[in-house]
Amino acid sequence: MKILALDSSGNVATVSLLQDDILLSEYTIDHKKTHSQTLLPMLDEIMRRVEFPLESIDAIAVAKGPGSFTGLRIGAATAKGLGLALDKPLIPVPTTAAMACLLWDHPGIVCPIMDARRSQVYTGIYRFADGRLETVEDQMALPIEELLIKLNARQEPVAFLGDGVPVFEKQIREGMKVPCSFAPAHLNRQRAGAVAWLGAQLFRQGIYETAADHRPDYLRVSQAERERAARLAKEKEGQDR
Amino acid sequence: MEKEILILAIESSCDETAAAVVRNGREVLSNVISSQIDLHTLYGGVVPEIASRKHIERINQVITQALLEASCTLQDLDCIGVTYGPGLVGALLVGVAEAKAIAYAAHLPLVGVHHIEGHVSANYIEHPDLEPPFLCLIVSGGHTHLVIVKDYGVFEILGRTRDDAAGEAFDKVARAIGLGYPGGPKIDRVSREGDPDAVFFPQGKLEDNPYDFSFSGVKSAVLNYLNHAQMTGETIRQADIAASFQKSVVSVLVSHTMQAAEDFGMDRVAIAGGVASNASLRAAMEEACREKGYRFYRPSPILCTDNAAMIGCAAYYEFLKGTRHGWDLNAVPNLRLGER
Repeated sequence: MKILALDSSGNVATVSLLQDDILLSEYTIDHKKTHSQTLLPMLDEIMRRVEFPLESIDAIAVAKGPGSFTGLRIGAATAKGLGLALDKPLIPVPTTAAMACLLWDHPGIVCPIMDARRSQVYTGIYRFADGRLETVEDQMALPIEELLIKLNARQEPVAFLGDGVPVFEKQIREGMKVPCSFAPAHLNRQRAGAVAWLGAQLFRQGIYETAADHRPDYLRVSQAERERAARLAKEKEGQDR
Repeated sequence: MEKEILILAIESSCDETAAAVVRNGREVLSNVISSQIDLHTLYGGVVPEIASRKHIERINQVITQALLEASCTLQDLDCIGVTYGPGLVGALLVGVAEAKAIAYAAHLPLVGVHHIEGHVSANYIEHPDLEPPFLCLIVSGGHTHLVIVKDYGVFEILGRTRDDAAGEAFDKVARAIGLGYPGGPKIDRVSREGDPDAVFFPQGKLEDNPYDFSFSGVKSAVLNYLNHAQMTGETIRQADIAASFQKSVVSVLVSHTMQAAEDFGMDRVAIAGGVASNASLRAAMEEACREKGYRFYRPSPILCTDNAAMIGCAAYYEFLKGTRHGWDLNAVPNLRLGER
């Protein structure tokens, strides 16, 4: 089984090709340039190297979110276009779950955090048990302070990774009452190899969708919708009074 | 017989998700448009983030429908064309990333298209005999340009707006007189019951370039008039204001165009863009051209609105010229006319 994977949810652009238990190729760039300019040329590059026809892949795994709205859409539109042209299914992979897999079998909690602006993080809480990834708390957007309260309550060591670390490291170090550690450079950002591997597990469990049906999971409504909802709620409150 | 060229075109620069299949540039085999207008009406205008989200939800269905209606598959195609600017960057990126991935996976060449060139090209679809050179007035929600189309994809810009686009002025005035969004079609409709001579709104005059436009003056004049009426307790007739405003905008659009036609000896005049579906503008321009003995060209309203058939047409002439874009094609929100 061959899985093509892509992740453009954050600053990193990353693509990979997994065949069964072998990561045939992975290409990751975390440097300037927009995903729109880099993602497809990177995919083209790895496909040239592996000498497989693109048509031979079984499915396309894509980081479904959370992440930068525009970044997620570049990944989604690329995956959807490939899926449409190749008539292959898409595997929506939770961004933070794939990141958690980078710290495989870490004893304790694994907590990927992505800077979500507005002093919030996108995160999920994971652990490993019996050689499996367990989701302790599913992906969410919340203020870093609330996340730290949740983690302290678990009273287990926590390993952090993700682009939220440099933004919130000081707050984390000050706020954590349990031992915590931070992943090193080669394991602390999105990697398409992990997206492909987790994607393959999900695919076997029947978790996939058509390219037409796929849409990112932003975890947040747009600013305009949020403001409109707040305004309507306020108006309703006024009427009820 | 020459080989037929089949192009799948994709357009997502604003709030319409569109795909079309076009044969040899001018024959539209399918033209699918998924409009988000009802959604944006809730917010009084296009919300970029919502537009981008809707594009990603609809784009595959729209493309599949366009292929189905054209009775063709990706294997039958010669090229993928896509709008890469100008427009809303997040919205453009969906179409660009999708088009690139399809072209890559289907082993097809990719041609990026300028949205406004697409609007001009809508005239080629409507009028099989039309070829450059001709004079074209491009008017939409984001653009107001008066250009000489010297050749396919080659433009000499004579004039442009210094402030608001014509369609933008329609939207702002429509909001001010309580018609809501989208302003263009609503003002067009309500004006039919109004007196265009009820109120005199001045035309924007620019001394240094006779072909440039300014619509902020007339917009302010309407707003001032409304303020004054409110203060003095005078009742306003919405239809009269709409018709009077529209008359002012239409007459400046027509007079500049006629001036340019005369100065540059152009005897063929076309209009393009969303505002080109305005009934009053179409009638006034047709009348002015008839008086001067010019031939007048305009796309039918469905081709004036954002659509992918016009993008397929523009892509065709670029394809013939040998234009090809790489897998690093990016969305360019401020892409200038004639720029590659």
